[in-house]
Amino acid sequence: MNINRRQALALSAGAAVFAITGVSTKLAYAAAEDTEKAIMDLAGGKAPQSGKITLTSPEIAENGNTVPVSVKVDSKMMEGDMVKSITIFAEGNPNPDVVTFHFSAMSGAATASTRMRLAKTQNVVAVAKMADGSTYMDKKEVKVTIGGCGG
Amino acid sequence: MKKTILRASLAAFAIAGYAGIATAEPVDEKLTIDGEREMTVKTKAPEGHPFDEVLSGWLFRTKETRALEADSFANPGMLRVEEGEALWNKVEGTAGKSCSTCHGDAAESMKGVGAAYPKWDKDNNRPINIELQVNKCRTEQMGAEAYPFDKGGQKPLTAYVKHQSIGMPVAADLTAGEMQKWWDKGKEVYYTRTGQLNLSCASCHEQNAGKYIRADHLSQGQVNGFPTYRLKQADLVSLHNRFRGCIRDTRAEYPKAFSDELMALEVYVTWRGTGLSVETPGVRQ
Amino acid sequence: MASKPRVKVPKKASVGEVITIKTLISHKMESGQRKGKDGKLVPRKIINKFTAEFNGQEVFSADMHGAVSANPYLEFTVKMSESGTFKFSWVDDDGSVYSTEKKITVS
Repeated sequence: MNINRRQALALSAGAAVFAITGVSTKLAYAAAEDTEKAIMDLAGGKAPQSGKITLTSPEIAENGNTVPVSVKVDSKMMEGDMVKSITIFAEGNPNPDVVTFHFSAMSGAATASTRMRLAKTQNVVAVAKMADGSTYMDKKEVKVTIGGCGG
Repeated sequence: MKKTILRASLAAFAIAGYAGIATAEPVDEKLTIDGEREMTVKTKAPEGHPFDEVLSGWLFRTKETRALEADSFANPGMLRVEEGEALWNKVEGTAGKSCSTCHGDAAESMKGVGAAYPKWDKDNNRPINIELQVNKCRTEQMGAEAYPFDKGGQKPLTAYVKHQSIGMPVAADLTAGEMQKWWDKGKEVYYTRTGQLNLSCASCHEQNAGKYIRADHLSQGQVNGFPTYRLKQADLVSLHNRFRGCIRDTRAEYPKAFSDELMALEVYVTWRGTGLSVETPGVRQ
Repeated sequence: MASKPRVKVPKKASVGEVITIKTLISHKMESGQRKGKDGKLVPRKIINKFTAEFNGQEVFSADMHGAVSANPYLEFTVKMSESGTFKFSWVDDDGSVYSTEKKITVS
């Protein structure tokens, strides 16, 4: 399907209008440092290790209001290999806290899902805390589309 | 001015590129709700239609949004459908009736109704949609107040009624009364450019369906999922609200909900989706 | 809250089976970050805590913040060892607690 020049201009002029509307929403975004501090607090002052934990979220979120997110830790969930909690942070939100899942010996698996709000394109971080106090982390960038009729 | 427009246009293309989508084609997938109910999301267009195939807006959404609709538990619109069910059984008005007093079990009495609306309303000599039919029942049969547009139980109850036709093909009867005349009028509305941006419905949903308007993947603008759960509002959005939103986005004054203009548009646009399954509540961006 | 919480728990499971539970509740989750029509911030009002208990014992919980989407959805697992009753509770900022129960037969 071909788009003629006039239509292209009309459509993109429309886009420009949406762009302006988008910019007028001023929010105080949390600095990535806030997230880093929260992670350090959670991890007892030591940077979490990588591995064991996987965070799954779309590469591109169609709308930042409802972004699916799942976390999973490779764990037997038995004594000696227990996940106590998984916390999710959104680095670019006004407040980086999203959710903390608390597991138990009855969990059977260290996995949980929810839906979150992302104010803009940003890194989402998940930190797992094991029963022995060790921590693991995964990070993923989620692009949030803003503008257009849905944004 | 020319320079500004050009810059805006470049920005638009830049964003589309940034979103990293190589192809703007809708997906070629089947929608099967809960792995059981197969929906028609793609079908041969009725005669005289500008497209060969009509495509549900579901095909234009990302896989995460599609997954939300494919699981009736995960679909947040179903919370509102359940609310509609409670309203169906709620006695209101001076006659001491609820919807169920006359219509009994909606699963039986309302099956197919949502797929056949808008219909010709002889009493008022104009087309009638579910929202207005509910109001007609409320005022004439129940002695209750009509729901104002988008208020009270209008969205959940409309969604509940339409949901009883989920999976059934959209098939409005254009032979009744003066429906054809309203279809003609609706067609005229569809192709009339409005607003400071000088866009018609067709500018986006016919000439550019499948392309991106900034970050938005333009669909054919089908209405088979309404009231639909929109992630933006995190709530059900009614058809006339969406009509008004689209017209507002062209920077035009928008007509009142259920006005002649928008009722005609509902008749015409419903026809454009003939044969698609009713998806209410659909899930869109 | 406009409608009852929705919970999906299998009716039956075998001993040792890990089941998936899904929950969805109708709630605006007003984040406290949004401005109202008057230009002022709308005060926060969210569900801040979710708890799942089985036969009186906590098996899973979640602390939620303003970044959890409206109509909060949660999915998690439980390893079944006996028949019994799940109790699910959601705590609102205003102190209200919404709860619902589901039975499961384990054999």
